[in-house]
Amino acid sequence: MAEASLAGHLGAHEHETTTGLNHRKVLMWIFLGSECLFFGSLISTYLVYRDRSLVGPFPSDTFDIPYTSVSSFVLLMSSLTMVLALAAGQRRNSGQMRLWLTTTALLGTVFLGGQVYEFTSFVNHGLSLSKNLFGTTFFVLTGFHGAHVTVGVIILLSLVLNSLRGGIKEGETLGIEIAGLYWHFVDVVWIVIFTVVYLLPY
Amino acid sequence: MSQTNAVSEHGHQRAQAQVKEHGHPRTWEYVQIAVVLAIITGAEVMVYYQEAVRPLIVPILLVLSATKFSLVAMFYMHLKFDNRLFSMFFSGPLVLAFAVMMAVLSLFHRVLLGV
Repeated sequence: MAEASLAGHLGAHEHETTTGLNHRKVLMWIFLGSECLFFGSLISTYLVYRDRSLVGPFPSDTFDIPYTSVSSFVLLMSSLTMVLALAAGQRRNSGQMRLWLTTTALLGTVFLGGQVYEFTSFVNHGLSLSKNLFGTTFFVLTGFHGAHVTVGVIILLSLVLNSLRGGIKEGETLGIEIAGLYWHFVDVVWIVIFTVVYLLPY
Repeated sequence: MSQTNAVSEHGHQRAQAQVKEHGHPRTWEYVQIAVVLAIITGAEVMVYYQEAVRPLIVPILLVLSATKFSLVAMFYMHLKFDNRLFSMFFSGPLVLAFAVMMAVLSLFHRVLLGV
């Protein structure tokens, strides 16, 4: 069992390391650590300037909580489909793995579509990047998050294509696992943003 | 060559020593966690609309949010089942980010305002 676990950490035919851990997986975790600091700074900035805008629109005039709740639910469910994709890959079921990866990408796209609609509606109500402090900090924070989701969707679709071309051998799921770590992190950041930006009262 | 072999052997032994029995969740357990996450999200929205808990809304929302964060990190990102080094690589910067956030908020006198 330990041998199998070791192989799972290192990946098949991987160079052995001093820690016994795969370099790519370690790199992704360290990258996610740096992303914690990145989003932490953006969230801090939003909180510092919260309710310090001199002119509207203000959050209470702008947010549609039920709408954003549905959006949040969609992204949460995409985390489920992502982990199901990994589980399917580990069971050597490439077809199901591709199905769950595609579903994850689709849910991510739905979330992005929801964000685009929401941003458009905010702009139509007079909120923009340069309108006030709320607009600046909100759009920068959620915009960067949206950019991360977009990159995630591209990664997922490229994994599906790679699998269709036979680039991912059955049972070799390290790439899926690493992509999954990125995707779950993007979801986790939204969990924080939804609470801190949308739900915390003014 | 012998030095390379020694390093590889050392890494192999450390990995074997550090790798514990992996009890990765099964499909149904992943679904159960998703249901819990959805319920917590629903609870957050309900709390938002409840005037009765308004004085406590900040700590309630933060606790619910932290619970969701932990569930995704531990079970979906497999931190609970993987090597402890991964937890260190993630939680170290996370704690640092939180500390910097508190420092910045304190600097701008935001902490005492119930942020």
